[in-house]
Amino acid sequence: MKVTRREVLAGAAGVAALGANALAQSPQAPADPSKVRGRPSSVLGQRAPSEKPQRQARGGASSGTPHQDLVGTITPSDLHFERHHAGVPTVDPKTYSLLIHGMVERPMMFTLADLKRFPAATRVCFLECSGNFGRTAPPETTPQQLAGLTSSSEWTGVMLSTLFREVGVRPGATWFLAEGTDAAMLTRSIPVAKAMDDAMVAYGQNGEAIRPEQGYPARLLLPGWEGNSNVKWLRRIELSDRPFMTREETSKYTDPMANDTARMFSFVMDARSLITYPTYPVTVGKGWIEINGIAWTGYGRITRVDISTDGGNTWTAARLQEPVLPKAHTRFRHLWNWDGREAVIMSRASDETGYVQPTRAKLLAERGPGAAGYHLNPITGWVVRADGTVVYKQEAWG
Amino acid sequence: MRSARLALALSLCSAALLTAVHAQQPKVPERFGIGRPATPEEIAAWDIDVRPDGTGLPAGTARPADGAPIYAAKCSGCHGKTGKEGPNDRLVGRLPNDEFPFGREASVPHTIGNYWPYATTVFDYIRRAMPPDAPGSLKDAEVYALTAYLLNLNELIPSDAVIDATSLPKVKMPARDRFVPDPRGGPTSVPKK
Repeated sequence: MKVTRREVLAGAAGVAALGANALAQSPQAPADPSKVRGRPSSVLGQRAPSEKPQRQARGGASSGTPHQDLVGTITPSDLHFERHHAGVPTVDPKTYSLLIHGMVERPMMFTLADLKRFPAATRVCFLECSGNFGRTAPPETTPQQLAGLTSSSEWTGVMLSTLFREVGVRPGATWFLAEGTDAAMLTRSIPVAKAMDDAMVAYGQNGEAIRPEQGYPARLLLPGWEGNSNVKWLRRIELSDRPFMTREETSKYTDPMANDTARMFSFVMDARSLITYPTYPVTVGKGWIEINGIAWTGYGRITRVDISTDGGNTWTAARLQEPVLPKAHTRFRHLWNWDGREAVIMSRASDETGYVQPTRAKLLAERGPGAAGYHLNPITGWVVRADGTVVYKQEAWG
Repeated sequence: MRSARLALALSLCSAALLTAVHAQQPKVPERFGIGRPATPEEIAAWDIDVRPDGTGLPAGTARPADGAPIYAAKCSGCHGKTGKEGPNDRLVGRLPNDEFPFGREASVPHTIGNYWPYATTVFDYIRRAMPPDAPGSLKDAEVYALTAYLLNLNELIPSDAVIDATSLPKVKMPARDRFVPDPRGGPTSVPKK
């Protein structure tokens, strides 16, 4: 094992600067790794020192996933977006209980250990905050800034239908209240039909316990439905024959429309796609580029993603990365031989209901020029400039 | 002889294997018997929601003036001196003829007076989540007082109104009929196929 004096010095300086913790990471890569014995095994893996993907905080109440740094369909758990209404609570798993009561035969309490004793299910699905679009985004906008509030994980838990059978839902119970144990005690009313379809009380995320930011120790998971309805830190479910009209389904998370009404209980996230490469802030060169990104829909499977490299005049179907899972991020790929002239690239998703991701103009016609906040999923474009820099294609809103 | 015994043993073995392979998953029981009954006391301690018909409202009564000092001390820092200034959510404000222009204009603040469809939600939300530095700390009487105060500032009830479990659900909210079920399939819709 040959180490030059210079490498030793540089390594020592690096260790001093980064602290003892960084020792295991050997920040100084040798010129030829095959000539230096590597570091020993460790109890906890870490990212390669040069890989530094990070969430981007927006105030204290949310942070977005760095889509431009990710290449697959699963979001690493520590990069899953956050949105909370009164901070991330610290919940003791030993004293945690879930109460189910109201229009049931047997009001019951379930500990975390109880929940884990039930037959479990595992599935992949996306979670997206309904407020996941930057209307006033400038050209210097990353996919993370534009739409960082969607992430995709493999979730494990007990089907809510299993718990509902255990407590015996009474005839006529059509809604239930889900309440968190965070300081907002966030509450949403959810149709019982969703419980009988695919709702879950999840305690696992990507093979391990759910992260605190995602609802540790257990959360409601409503595949395909807007993030806030997937109540985190779930502590109470109350069955009823009508919705409860909480603040988060009246004052918030309702969608004003062009005809002077407001949609309420607009749970399902419509189909959307997002190019993640090439986008700001990368610079590309002439020649072959694989345009790729993610598409998702709360209504089931993505069936098609079309790509335009001429600002929306012509469209070509992209390849969809198999397996295409329902209500999950689906990666699309499209080969493009760039000739070096300025071009606008766009993506447009379609789902199994026949729904096609709308243009900004179509979306605004339906929702009204004041449409703000929730359920905004327009086709978005990126300008590939002649010098190879890429920026978000800014569009006036309303 | 020996090989015959071996063959017999092998066939028994494979029969056992076949039996194992063909065993069915047990039938899912009606109930698993996991968890324990919740006591009425446990339910009462956690069941804090208030519904539009008034279900869940506690005993108590208040007039708008009762809420003024509490609002000044605990709410005005975030919501402004008169509920209109912010910096957080604007709570107070009506629009001419109780218009509902929010789909046309993004800049109009959504207030209790021009947007909230149910007065009971004001009580429910204040009690469960406010103030942010001491959530859930307000006594029921204080929550009634603040609710009455905010409804009065929004010109939804007169200054001499008495707010309690009977009168609060009856307060008419201008935006009540502006809310429509999700036309993409409706509130009870599970994904359209």
